Amino acid sequence: MNGLRMALTELWGLFVDDGRYALAIVAWLLLAWRVLPLLQLGGWNAAIFAAGLLAILLESVLRRARH
Amino acid sequence: MPIDWIHAGATVLASFLASLVECVEALTVVLAVGVTRGWRSALAGCATGLLVLLLLVTLLGPVLARVPLHGFQLVVGALLLLFGMRWLRKAVLRAAGVLALHDEDAIYRREMQALGGQAGAHAGLDKLAFALTFKSTVLEGIEVVFIVLAIGAGRADLLGPASLGALAALLVVAALGVVLHRPLARVPENLLKFAVGVLLCAFGTFWAGEGMGYVWPGADWAIPGLVGAFLAVSALGVPWCRRLASAGAKGSAR
Repeated sequence: MNGLRMALTELWGLFVDDGRYALAIVAWLLLAWRVLPLLQLGGWNAAIFAAGLLAILLESVLRRARH
Repeated sequence: MPIDWIHAGATVLASFLASLVECVEALTVVLAVGVTRGWRSALAGCATGLLVLLLLVTLLGPVLARVPLHGFQLVVGALLLLFGMRWLRKAVLRAAGVLALHDEDAIYRREMQALGGQAGAHAGLDKLAFALTFKSTVLEGIEVVFIVLAIGAGRADLLGPASLGALAALLVVAALGVVLHRPLARVPENLLKFAVGVLLCAFGTFWAGEGMGYVWPGADWAIPGLVGAFLAVSALGVPWCRRLASAGAKGSAR
């Protein structure tokens, strides 16, 4: 049981380090998947999706550096 | 065909570099355990770990082939983004001096010290040595398997180049480990993690976008564009973080 728990913890750690950062990525993915297409932005969806991820990255590193 | 070249070349490179980092980390543990506790059990643990990974790939491969492509791309793209953006964030913070650099020599010395008190020849199988190298091989190997699957997620014909990159990394690191018998501290691991983080984020964004049904400007040529964008933002973030961290340090010193 301990081995399984350890393996799951390690597996979780592969994807989640800073909870807020991971949550922001998942939330943006869901928005981009479900909401962005409703805005009828034509070919801009992909670029907006990528720009959002870049913004999340920059905000997270700056926040960490500040504290 | 230029499009195939972009995919296959970038796939081999991304997979090779990412796997190289993981193999170097596993090698450090195997060397520390081998030197302090004996090579037989250390190598047995490592070999068993590799067998478990092989089994995992053999079982997972056919299952993944049955998943619909768009759904698979979306899920793998999302996981790849979580994985790659975590790497890239850490790499930026390390490059800016906010987080400590990853030091294979220091890890090696720490492992040796931890195991040193229990050193000695073991006639049978040394369970601790076996467990340590098995765990290290499986954990780092799972990351490699995930990277290979994630990078090769777009098309069935990309799994071959992705696996080739990972296999080449394993062979290079194993050969260097046998020749040098010490950790590969000279491999610029932090720089590699930075580069791999950029590649993983670019692939993750592309696959997730494809999975959501987005049309990328320039189709497959969007991948180098995404690489450039993640690289530019990360490169911008390093001096910015450095300035913020040093301003914070000065503020708290006052």
